[in-house]
Amino acid sequence: MRAHAGLDVDLEAAGGGGVRARIRRLRSEGAIVLRPTRETLPRWADRWDIPPREAVSVRVVAGAAGPLGGDHWRLDVRVGEGATLLLGSVAATLVLPGTHGDESLSEVNVSVAAGGTLVWRPGVQIAASRCRHTTVARIDLADGARLYAREEFMLGRHGEMPGDFRQRLRVTHRDVAIFDQELSVGPDAPGWQSAAITGGRQALGSVVVVDSAPNAMDPFGRATLVDCPDTAVLQLSEHAALISSLAADAIDLRVRLDRAFAPFTLGRSARDVYGAGRSP
Amino acid sequence: MTNVSRNLPALLLLTDGRFPAGGHAHSGGFEAAAENEGTRTLATMEQFLLGRLHTVGLVAAAFAAAACEVALRSMDGRFAAGGAETGADTEGGNLHELLSPLDAEFNARTPSPVLRTVSRRLGRQLVRAGRRIWPNSSLEQLASVPSQGLHQPVAFGAVAAAAGQPPECVAIAAAQESIAGPATASVRLLGLDPFDVNAALARLAPEVSRVAAEAAACARFPLADLPSRGGYLLDISAEVHATWEVRLFAS
Repeated sequence: MRAHAGLDVDLEAAGGGGVRARIRRLRSEGAIVLRPTRETLPRWADRWDIPPREAVSVRVVAGAAGPLGGDHWRLDVRVGEGATLLLGSVAATLVLPGTHGDESLSEVNVSVAAGGTLVWRPGVQIAASRCRHTTVARIDLADGARLYAREEFMLGRHGEMPGDFRQRLRVTHRDVAIFDQELSVGPDAPGWQSAAITGGRQALGSVVVVDSAPNAMDPFGRATLVDCPDTAVLQLSEHAALISSLAADAIDLRVRLDRAFAPFTLGRSARDVYGAGRSP
Repeated sequence: MTNVSRNLPALLLLTDGRFPAGGHAHSGGFEAAAENEGTRTLATMEQFLLGRLHTVGLVAAAFAAAACEVALRSMDGRFAAGGAETGADTEGGNLHELLSPLDAEFNARTPSPVLRTVSRRLGRQLVRAGRRIWPNSSLEQLASVPSQGLHQPVAFGAVAAAAGQPPECVAIAAAQESIAGPATASVRLLGLDPFDVNAALARLAPEVSRVAAEAAACARFPLADLPSRGGYLLDISAEVHATWEVRLFAS
């Protein structure tokens, strides 16, 4: 099944001289059902000083099982200048094989305009046995755009080996690559269980943070953390960092990612640094 | 003389473990894997090599082949100008500038700061050796720019181009190098039988060919489409390894 969904978010003038975020386009199709929600930003986002009315939240609800073999899902998202989008899913995604052994493909393309913010939490993706799936997410950021992208993967359901599962995340700043990594596991990925890739662990995840404010990455000073095994905080550049973690199961993985991200939540808020005005 | 017999001696020189480019000081993550993951047997070492080959090996081979393609075109431009070196820079462009988009893409595919530093150090050592061994004005351009230097696979492609190698051979050499280093390290670290280790490398030869062919096929792709397959545990353990007080290998 093919599905092509779209979502545009912009800031617009509101009564009283202020601005507010508004969903300008919300196009669900087939299995990709988009639902606006009224969620507040996570507490750690306080450091970004985003007024609640300048943010909107949308959840992706699966309108059908899958992705199944043969599916091609695509979601195009645009976050306008200065706007904030909290985009998540309602539940974990179970990637299943189709009846004819066809491949499935999920594509997510996001552009975030100057000063915009994307908080992306697609939830846990579970690669079931015999699936043949590729996920490609491309996120392009304009000047001053901020990103939090958290991805978690279970390689097979409990006690199961995954099928061929590939997932690529490419983050660019004005089309110049900041981060580009592809995970490839399953029978078509020789050596994927070796000590070079997963070392036999079943859960794997990452958090990518991009913030061009001065010293924004300072909280992530240490690459390795005490009491947080198989996890590293990797500075990608002056303005971007990656938390990468492996674990035996999804629960351990969540704990490790949360723990490694904690310094960012404890850092001084932008308000402390810049005063009460909008952060640059 | 066929192309193969004309190119082969320089390729053998470039890929020789004794080539003075500093690669022998690195285990390609094997030292950390042996210690932290218990990769201590021939079978688990072979799986490690296979995983490495199909991830960072594929990426290195693709970037080396792409860099070779760019460098050959730049050098051809120079030769096409009839040796008129004045026209060369505008004709072929400065090789450092031509390679820097490729270098930035490789940088984005190397999330570990420790491994980025290692890769750039090896790239500098390779250019330093290559410009003396295969004198070439394009390689001089790489050495003359004050910078941290190019990443190892990008530098490897450029030096190999100066050594007259086509991208297909460069991809094979880079793919092979991605496992030869850790294999040699396993002999030194664990005392594995060198005959057994080399038999494992021989068994992996068809996989090396397969990965190299896939890599070479990407050499003319748009940069965004070059492979980016990651060795997730390699990145994490490289950071841990860098904190060890005593270690035999630099990475």
